[in-house]
Formats: sequence, structure tokens, C-alpha cells
Amino acid sequence: MSSVLYDAQGPRAKRRNVIFTVVFLLALAALLWWVFSTLDDKGQLEWALWKPFFTGTEAWTTYIWPGLQNTLKAAVLAVIIALPLGAVLGIARLSDHAWVRVPAGIVVEFFRAIPVLVLMIFGLALFAEYTDVSSDDRPLYAVVTGLVLYNASVLAEIVRAGILSLPKGQSEAAMAIGLRKNQLMRLVLLPQAVTAMLPAIVSQLVVIVKDTALGGAVLTFPELLASANTMSGYYGANVIASFTVVAVLFIALNFALTSFASWLEARLRRSKRSTGAVLGAEDVDDINAAEVGGPHKTDGV
Amino acid sequence: MFDFLEDYDLLGAFWTTVQLAVLSAVGSLIWGTLLAAMRVGPVPLMRGFGTAYVNTVRNIPLTVIILFTSLGLNQTLGISLGADDFETINFRLAVLGLILYTSAFVCEALRSGINTVPVGQAEAARALGLSFNQVLGLVVLPQAFRSSVGPLANVLIALIKNTTVAAAIGVAEAALLMKEMIENEAQLLLISAIIAFGFVVLTLPTGLFLGWVGKKVAVKR
Repeated sequence: MSSVLYDAQGPRAKRRNVIFTVVFLLALAALLWWVFSTLDDKGQLEWALWKPFFTGTEAWTTYIWPGLQNTLKAAVLAVIIALPLGAVLGIARLSDHAWVRVPAGIVVEFFRAIPVLVLMIFGLALFAEYTDVSSDDRPLYAVVTGLVLYNASVLAEIVRAGILSLPKGQSEAAMAIGLRKNQLMRLVLLPQAVTAMLPAIVSQLVVIVKDTALGGAVLTFPELLASANTMSGYYGANVIASFTVVAVLFIALNFALTSFASWLEARLRRSKRSTGAVLGAEDVDDINAAEVGGPHKTDGV
Repeated sequence: MFDFLEDYDLLGAFWTTVQLAVLSAVGSLIWGTLLAAMRVGPVPLMRGFGTAYVNTVRNIPLTVIILFTSLGLNQTLGISLGADDFETINFRLAVLGLILYTSAFVCEALRSGINTVPVGQAEAARALGLSFNQVLGLVVLPQAFRSSVGPLANVLIALIKNTTVAAAIGVAEAALLMKEMIENEAQLLLISAIIAFGFVVLTLPTGLFLGWVGKKVAVKR
């Protein structure tokens, strides 16, 4: 085993590793013991508090499933609305005409620089003041509005980066055979860019799913996190148990999405038919951070 | 038109946002560096722990973590982080939550920096007879830090935006003030524009400056 940091290990390094392992194991055990005894002291390990999740289906059908449905509903709606918007903004940012490129750039950079929560709070007040959406539906509308405004600009950057990641020869060849700019984009660049972007879009879904929880905590949107709150009220202050179940569900959902994205990325990188241009999870992290000037290219395409 | 602003502590709220961001940034840089050291180190158990931590924390919404610090750690388990009054407790809990969450991303940023150093660099250094400490200190880490600046800057900007989640447990920062102002005043667009402007002022220059630094120090390959 050799990496850029250390060489294959000799007897002394192996001995040192064993010592590190033992010390770390002891520290980890101490931490777990402290967690366990604190929970036990406060009576949070009593079976009664955990029982609703393991026996009977009431907790799942009354609280968790509806919450999960709302989480997924907001996330899917947001991505469906944000994708076309993002595509238009991303292509507009690549336009040859400054009067198209500059406004699109300003919109994208502005919404990426603002926290999603601020956009959601704005959305809630906007729907309350200027529309007659019923107060029951308003949180969903507000959450989706906030998510769309933010993620359309992130997806715009993904689209732009996807098109820019294609080898220059593609557009040169297309221009050489006399295609118009419109045909170049529609027939040559976009179809390839969409493939290259797929893993990045799936990774962005993780960000969207995580951000729906904001709606539950601040806007009274009845999603998965909000259902944890309701449950801990109903089942006798089992905050630890409810939060654990909800956290595990979020982790499972997002881990599935992340794994799917990496599988997709690996598959596209291996594929012989594509140009090998792929946008992965790391590019998405960069884009979400609102870094000016697009993502860094870590791997030379 | 701007009269109503006198009733609210706008600068104070943004000052809280800045405090949250700076304290969490320092904390997550420390914990994130430790995690990165575990993840790239030679001890399998530590590597496993680092990987498990990052994969778990990255997939939980920050909102869940921050709400849990208040409802779970504080109200259920009675952990108050050495503070007495409600405001200080929640502020410290929010910083704790932000550190736990952000350090996973700091760890990944540092690790991606280390991964950009070609193995040949370390092999060449070893072939010259440099010791482990020399290889790390003179060859690998200087290059790794330089390529980590860009990704770390991104983490910092995301952190500044994420401080708004502290509003969920009642920390008096910019997003909570915005909510309060919107409920009391009929100036929706103006209030939103002011808050949005505040965040643009915080994030854009940071991004431009650190992006410039990142490009300047980056190792050309």
C-alpha cells in the first residue's frame, strides 16, 4: 500500500499503526460510552420511546410517510421547474450577444449569492401578499419558489460548465461543415452536454432534498423533519428517537442518490462513445458555493 | 421609506451572521483538518471513521443537525455548552452544528487538494532519499495546500450562506430579522432587497478575493 503521502510500511511503521489503532479505539469507545450513559441518564433509551417505530405501522403511515412524500414532492417539483429555467439561463450566459449574456450572468450570480432560506421567506410573504394561494398551500409554494430560484441558477452553471467541458473540436467541426449557431447548440453541443451533466444534476438533487428541510423548520411546511417534531410531541418527548429515524431516512435517501450519481459518472467516464467530458459531484460543490467564474476543472479534459 | 429600519438592529443581525461564520469557519477548519488527516492516513480504523463521518454528515440536512442541537442536545440531554441564558446557548449550539456539518466539506476540500499532487512527486522525493517528514513537509503539503485554496473558499462561501439556518433555533441573525421585519412591516420588496444586498456584500467579495488568491497560488501542471 503506497500513496502520495506514505510508502509501503516496514516493521516499525506497522507497530506504530497498531498503537494508533488501539488508542483511537479506546477514544472511540469512551465517546460511545459517554453518549450511551448520557442517553441512559435522561431515560432516552427506554423501549417505550422507540417502540412506535418498531412495532405497528402507525408512526410510519401517520407521520413519516406523509412527511417523506412532501419532501419528495417539493424536491421533484423544484427540479422539474428549475431544469428548463436553468438550461435557458445557462445557454443565455454563453451567448455571443452581450445584451443577453450580461443580464443572464447577473441573475445567476445574484441568486447563487443569496441563502435559500432568505429566498423561501421572501416567497412565503410574496404569496401571502400578492396571490390568493390558500394558507395551507403557501409553505409548499414558498419552498418550491425558493428552491427554484436558487437551483435554476446553479443548474444554469452546470449547463454552462457542461457545454464548456466538451472538446473544442466538436464546435469547430460543426462550424466547418456549415452549421448555424442554433444548429451547433441544438444538434451537437446540447445532446452531448446533457449526458455529461447527468451525474451533476443527480448530485444537485441531494442538495435540493437537504434544503427542503428548511421549509419544515422555518416555514411550517409539513415535510420529513417537521414530522419528527410532531412525533416527538405525540409519543412523549422521544426527541432522540424521532430525530434518529428521520436522520437515517435522509441519509438513506441521499446516499442512494449520491451512489447513483457516482455510478453514472464512472459509467460515462468509461464509455467509449462519448467524448469523455463529465461533470461530477465535486464540480457541483464548487458551483453551489457561488464561486465567480465557474467551476475549476480538476481533471484536464 | 427607510424610516422603519430605525426600529430594527440590522447591523447587529449581520454582525451575528459574521460571528457565526467566522467562529464556525475556524472550528471546522480544525476539525476538518483532523478528519482529512484521518482519511488519508495509514491507519485503517481511522480511515474508516473519517469516511463514515463524512458520508453520514454530508447526507444529513444541516437543518436537522442544528435543530437537533437545540431540541436534542440542549432540551433533552441538558447540554448547555457552559452558557446560562437562552441566547448564548442557542448561539453556541448553532456554531457547534455548523462546525460538525462544515468540517465534512473542509475534509473533502483538503483531500481533493492532496489528490491533485501526482504520486510521481512523492516517489521522486523518496528516490532522492528524503525522509517521510521531508517528503510531506517540503514536497507534498505545499502543493496540496495551494490547490486546496479554491475548494476551501467555496466551503467558506457556502458556510456564510448556511449561517441562516441558525434562524431555525432562534439565533438573532439576518434571516430571522428578515422574517420578523416582513411580519411587522408592509415593505416586502424593500426588506428582501436589503437582506439580499447584505448577503451579496458578504459573499461576492469573499468569492472574488479568494478565487483570485486561489488562481494566483495554484500549481500549474
